[in-house]
Amino acid sequence: MRLLGRPYELLGPAAVVVAVGIVGSFTSNATEIYFETALVSVAIVVALYVFVGNSGVLSFGQLSFAAVGAYVAGIMTVPVDSKTGELPDAFPLLRDHAVGNATSFVLATAIGALYALVAGAALMRLSGLAAGIATLAVLEITHNILHEWTRIGPGAGLLSSISETTGILQATVGALVVMAIAFAYQRSRLGRQLRATREDPAAAQAVGISIHRQRLWAFALSGALSGFAGALYVHEIGSLTADQLYLELTFLSLAMLVVGGLTSLWGAVLGALAISGLDSFLGQAESGVNVGFTLDLPTGTRLVTVGTVMALTLIVKPSGLTGGREFSLGWLTRWRRRAT
Amino acid sequence: MLAVVDAQNLVDALGLGAIYALMAVGIGLVFGVLRLVNFAYGQLIMAGAFALAYASRANWSTWEAILGCFGVVIGLSLVMEWTVFRPLRTQSPAVMLVATFAVAFLLQSIALLLVLQVQGQLGVPASAVAQLAQAVTIGGVVVRKVTIVSVVVAVVALGLLALLLGRTTIGLQMRAAATDFTTARLLGVSANRVITLAVLLAGVIAAVVAVLLTARTPYVQSDFALHDMIIVLVGVVVGGIDRLWTATLGGFVIGFTSGVVYGALPTDKTAYLPSVVFALVIVVLLIRPAGLFVRSRTTSVERV
Repeated sequence: MRLLGRPYELLGPAAVVVAVGIVGSFTSNATEIYFETALVSVAIVVALYVFVGNSGVLSFGQLSFAAVGAYVAGIMTVPVDSKTGELPDAFPLLRDHAVGNATSFVLATAIGALYALVAGAALMRLSGLAAGIATLAVLEITHNILHEWTRIGPGAGLLSSISETTGILQATVGALVVMAIAFAYQRSRLGRQLRATREDPAAAQAVGISIHRQRLWAFALSGALSGFAGALYVHEIGSLTADQLYLELTFLSLAMLVVGGLTSLWGAVLGALAISGLDSFLGQAESGVNVGFTLDLPTGTRLVTVGTVMALTLIVKPSGLTGGREFSLGWLTRWRRRAT
Repeated sequence: MLAVVDAQNLVDALGLGAIYALMAVGIGLVFGVLRLVNFAYGQLIMAGAFALAYASRANWSTWEAILGCFGVVIGLSLVMEWTVFRPLRTQSPAVMLVATFAVAFLLQSIALLLVLQVQGQLGVPASAVAQLAQAVTIGGVVVRKVTIVSVVVAVVALGLLALLLGRTTIGLQMRAAATDFTTARLLGVSANRVITLAVLLAGVIAAVVAVLLTARTPYVQSDFALHDMIIVLVGVVVGGIDRLWTATLGGFVIGFTSGVVYGALPTDKTAYLPSVVFALVIVVLLIRPAGLFVRSRTTSVERV
């Protein structure tokens, strides 16, 4: 079956993610949080990859859908009692109702998909590069409204007391779900059509593929997965401000995807884990960490380093760590052949 | 809901539009020859603003400070061309865009690091160009000098650029390179020469914009010009990125619109300015996906 051909392309990255989850669960509570962050990053970056990787069109806007998902999931799981204090101005629908963990994920996914579908319908008509830049408009609108409008959230303030259900288990399962859907999509008829438009738009159109429609499907699916990843994120952090899901995280998630390799699922997973690990380590080092000696870096080193790694990767190896290829067992067969 | 848009408002909008038009020219010049959207253009402007701020701290005179600003920005542009643009020249536009995005964040983070470490604070005031911010009253309308200077500078700069592109050999070569780079090279146009010139011109314009923006907002932080840059980038797309003049008009229109919308919004709603402007952008793109000023609909497939 085509859909399941070469299943190790999914199972390989999945095994790595599970391994990260297992290692994380054996560490102390203080360290476990970094593993959770890495797994949530995998979900966010794979969601971004579904659109950017398959279509070859850059998007700065995908985090808007994660932000909307995070807001919905966060606000709807805060207990009604604390909401009257934290969100006094919110619409009654948001203020007087609360849902459980699972429902919050469904809501976040649905709202992410819906928002992406509406935004994408407008933006995907543009040519590739222009569409990428225009997605900045979506990011700006989303951040602006979430930051100012107190009827739908905490506005410029902080929403706290969100249930922190994303432990290491939920983070691992969440990342795996997103990866499996991304894999199924890129193997499906729709995914292959979109990949064809990435490789040669003119030839793809000549065989009857609608670039606009295929990009829109991927944009909406990516929005849905981003919303889901946003819910995962907010349940990990337990609090929320509008600035958390804005330019800095857009930059970080794009860096992860680029460093891993834009055009493969394996690249998205590997890049997310690698950069998230680096980022967490440097974040710790900014407040002093003991690595044989005390390493105390000035605040801001984190972003400088990630920026340098991203820029250098693009200059030296533009296709990323994985070369844009899927996980393969080629090295294993080569090794076996050499052994015999 | 909308207040009356008055003359005062139009004058302010004109000033902002002029600055954004200049930024759009800087983006459009480099895009023309390289097919590269320079996201880090805003950080060139930021670097210039920091040069002005530190020059003010060292008590340099206004002209020395402006000269320093030009030196820093032009130097940084050329370094960027040699270290980033040149190795990436053969890559796809998406890769180049994401690379300049990385450079933008890198420069911004370095600025934050330096300011926090050296100053122990978030920003530095730049007083060297403060006299530009003074206001004069013309016929009941309060006009800051920087507004007049912005409009004059924009008109002069665009005029000079038109002369350069239209009346000189190198200008002809740049236009040829922007139309079809491969054919232009076959006909003897030196790639490095036109690209370096485009980057250089864009750098000069960035320095000019740095002076103008610093006069408007004299407190220089690491995210200086970042949001202006995002607005201009979107404006360039709305205008039509493939041609320099449509891109420039796009920059002007989005700046002018921002100014008018800011004046038209009731005072307690001005925080929603970005939403209104970008929502207008999306509406425009729905009606004219190829660009606001692009006359004939180009094919939906980009062939290079």
